[in-house]
Amino acid sequence: MQPDPRPFDEPWQAQAFGLVVHLHERGLFSWTEWAGTLSNVIAAEQSDTPTNAEYYRCWLTALEQILAQKKIATPDLIDITTQAWHRAAHATPHGQPIMLESDPKRIEVK
Amino acid sequence: MHDHPHDHDNNLDPMTARVRALETILTDKGLVDPKAIDAIVDTYETKIGPRNGAKVIAKAWTNPDYADWLAKDATAAIADLGFTGRQGEHMQAVFNTPDQHNVVVCTLCSCYPWSVLGLPPVWYKSPPYRSRVVLEPRAVLAEFGLTLPETTKIRVWDSTAEVRYLVIPMRPEGTENMDESALVDLVTRDAMIGTGLPQVAS
Repeated sequence: MQPDPRPFDEPWQAQAFGLVVHLHERGLFSWTEWAGTLSNVIAAEQSDTPTNAEYYRCWLTALEQILAQKKIATPDLIDITTQAWHRAAHATPHGQPIMLESDPKRIEVK
Repeated sequence: MHDHPHDHDNNLDPMTARVRALETILTDKGLVDPKAIDAIVDTYETKIGPRNGAKVIAKAWTNPDYADWLAKDATAAIADLGFTGRQGEHMQAVFNTPDQHNVVVCTLCSCYPWSVLGLPPVWYKSPPYRSRVVLEPRAVLAEFGLTLPETTKIRVWDSTAEVRYLVIPMRPEGTENMDESALVDLVTRDAMIGTGLPQVAS
């Protein structure tokens, strides 16, 4: 038997997958609700030759839709936090792990 | 490894930053435990894959009572080997016969029997496979190199969030003397989706 294929091409795909499975196990949504939301996103966004990157981008979009519906995270909050991570990365010397605490704006607020 | 003569900034690619942002927000709200996410990822990267399903098939080939149980209550028979679904889904085993070959799809998204096959291959998630296997299964199987006799019907099973299918291929001829563990090695992932057959070494 061939070795099992690697399921993810990049770490973020694995994290997106793990996040959704974990939130389902915590009871935030049913799997039927998840599959329904994901189906709609896939129908709207997927090309005929999808990659794992495109597929897991659909997972993130579907997750963000559910979080917005449940008033857990607005698109604005997600954008702001994403920008904070980008600033943290820029402020981190090459070779060191990137931590959100390194975001210069976050430190100024404190 | 790196020997750049100068320091430079780190960059996060957009998708990595987006996932980290979601994880930050959800962790701050107490909705997720990052360690649990890592454990889930590790499970699917290293512990769950088509070998689980191959063990189910080999047992069904060598143990008629187990095959009966699998036919009647696949969820329980598969759980008996230690493979249980995370989404509370029901498993159904569909048995190939000389008269009927079975093939599995999820026409709406990518529902798949994770507990026995791991995560689906890219082609399983692609729109062409999802739509065409329903309309022209014989042609799609031929593209996988699988040509079936005209007298064999092809039945396509559409997975859902609630029901996932596992194809039980026919035991290849000439394997009568092989034991269960040797048979496991013959069962491919595609044979359990229905887009292939077990492989007997020549």
